[in-house]
Amino acid sequence: MGRRVLITGVDKFWGGRIAQTLEQDPDFDVILGMGTKEPQVALERAEFVRSDQAYSILSRIVKATHVDTIIHTFVVTNTSEVSSRSLHETNVIGTMNLLAAAGQRGSMVRQVVVKSSSNVYGATENDPTWFREETPRSKPARSRLERSLLDVEQLVKDFAEDNPATVVSMVRCANVLGSEITTPTSANLARTLAPVIVGFDPLMQFVHEQDVVDCLLHLTRKRIPGLYNLAGDEKIPWSEVINICGARIAPIPAYGTMNVASLLVRLGLINFTPEMEPLLRYGRGIDTTRIKRTGFELQHTTAGTVRSFIKAVRLKKNIGNEPQSYIYEHDIEQFFRHSPAIVRN
Amino acid sequence: MVTNKTPSKETNSSVSSRTQRSGRQPQGSSFDAANEIPLIGKHDSERYGGRTDSHIDADSRAESHIDADSTIQVDSNNIATSLVPVPPFSDKEYDQVEEEPACDKDRLGDVDEWGRSEHMREITRQLMDPFYNHWFRVEWEGLEKIPKEGGALLVANHAGAIPPDAPIIMHGVEKELGRPVYGLADYWFRTIPIVNVMWSRMGGVTAHPDNALRIMRDNQQLALVFPEGTKATSKSFSDRYRLRRFGRGGFVEIAMRAGAPIIPLAVVGAEEAMPILYRVPGIASMLNLPYFPITGNMLAFGPLLGPLGWFLYFPVKFKIKVLDPIYYDVEPGQDRYSKSFVMEEAEQVRTLIQETLYDMLRDRKSILNG
Repeated sequence: MGRRVLITGVDKFWGGRIAQTLEQDPDFDVILGMGTKEPQVALERAEFVRSDQAYSILSRIVKATHVDTIIHTFVVTNTSEVSSRSLHETNVIGTMNLLAAAGQRGSMVRQVVVKSSSNVYGATENDPTWFREETPRSKPARSRLERSLLDVEQLVKDFAEDNPATVVSMVRCANVLGSEITTPTSANLARTLAPVIVGFDPLMQFVHEQDVVDCLLHLTRKRIPGLYNLAGDEKIPWSEVINICGARIAPIPAYGTMNVASLLVRLGLINFTPEMEPLLRYGRGIDTTRIKRTGFELQHTTAGTVRSFIKAVRLKKNIGNEPQSYIYEHDIEQFFRHSPAIVRN
Repeated sequence: MVTNKTPSKETNSSVSSRTQRSGRQPQGSSFDAANEIPLIGKHDSERYGGRTDSHIDADSRAESHIDADSTIQVDSNNIATSLVPVPPFSDKEYDQVEEEPACDKDRLGDVDEWGRSEHMREITRQLMDPFYNHWFRVEWEGLEKIPKEGGALLVANHAGAIPPDAPIIMHGVEKELGRPVYGLADYWFRTIPIVNVMWSRMGGVTAHPDNALRIMRDNQQLALVFPEGTKATSKSFSDRYRLRRFGRGGFVEIAMRAGAPIIPLAVVGAEEAMPILYRVPGIASMLNLPYFPITGNMLAFGPLLGPLGWFLYFPVKFKIKVLDPIYYDVEPGQDRYSKSFVMEEAEQVRTLIQETLYDMLRDRKSILNG
């Protein structure tokens, strides 16, 4: 008897990619994808369920479908695209509803996998060079995103404590780069104009999008509980990242940083979020010893991630964006999945 | 060291798994539960069978289910990696990690995980060398007591408005022994534009306990620390060579945890290189500095060289005496050590350096020529 998995954010990059990969895995009998919009990628047997961003429908789905695994990828970390309200709704309320559904009476959920972010550590001058999973923050969270992620993690921890029979896994990813995902940093590097706070050259860490997907799947397949950092090996200075990408520098003064940065954002020159400001000053490093202990191997180092990212960007610049090859159409998807006319073997 | 730890680690984890099962520790039990409770019972397959499991034949599913179950038992570290409660940090968990050297061959730069760049070090060495040889005429005594390999904590007295002792010790050890030294310094350094980058590329590291531990234990390198901190560099010339409080003894605790020896250094010369005559109270807080001094150098060189003279040291003779390494007979890797023991040991290191300084000063005939 295979597993029955529910994936949130299937309309976004992470959910879509994970659903696609799990479709190839015969261990997974049922794959449900939830999203606020239609999936952007072609799915063969995964079923799509539309919901609002706070998943109010989820408890019914969990009850009705007897899913045993939930992969929660829909935790927003890109604050340049969403409003403060929507961030809170999606991250905190969404996770709360999701965990409530997973923990309700009669729930068959035995594993919950959550994608969090290394933003929970913050970035201050008092930080250690490397954060371990148990290293506390040096200073209280100030930005909305950090506070919201801390709330999410607290909910997950409470859930794990209340449901000892459920395997709870959580991954804190460093800044992600890759050929498909768009983050504020990747947007800057792709248009080769990188903000630099004058007089600072922080050490940065990046993780490749494929490594994140692989890691979430690794924890799911092997049912490994625990909290894990995930980042490419080594740290490299921001100046080296800029060099690899051949980007030009958008200098921002060290004093009055946010004022100047938001002006540049208004002018449409760069992408700049409140979380980037301390990061571009002090950088951040997360220790990945623990995830490697579980037998997970990353395919990309930090510098390798940046290189692979910029190669993909260059290709796109030369040949242009690929036309969208897939458009979700409800009737067609339903036909292929449920029509008696389809020959299934 | 690693081989010694192996049995203790195993016993440790088996003990903790037993306690977790009995106590209110959800992780151990959640893991067991995953083994015991079948994820979905047989009746489910009857209830849902056929409709949704489209193209997978029953045999392959049965096999893969067995595989999935067996993989659950793979990981024995799970107890330590459980989500809730995040277990207290155990050094043993990390002890057996073989630190791999930087493996990315295609890097553009040579900046390591601490921000240190060998290229920048080389430039610094060339700039420093004339000062080291001819300006300060640094003289070492007992340099052979600094180990050629393995982690150790260099502990020295601190002085000078802009303390010259840190770069001199770092340069000296690197030059004479060919070993890099990571200088631990206040957080404040990281907040200043440009200075933070220079300082970090030259081998400076924030004085966070985790950093010190990692440098000494995982990387097996030398760390340099000034336990007095800014209390020493801000003191007036009239207090020269009187050591301030040695923090809260954190440096002893770190050395114990890392299982590394403490090597005390007594430095003579830094006090007179840039003596503080007066501290201007208001300006410091205005400029976000720890202190704003009027130094002898400002008065002596200021009229001639202008602001450049503020940063020019007096050409005093530097003498550095390396004292015998102190090894602590405690189990490394503990989360905390007896505070009274730590304070006592810290005080002993302080007294040792203080006494040595007085001895060295008794023998010093001239400030400029030693």
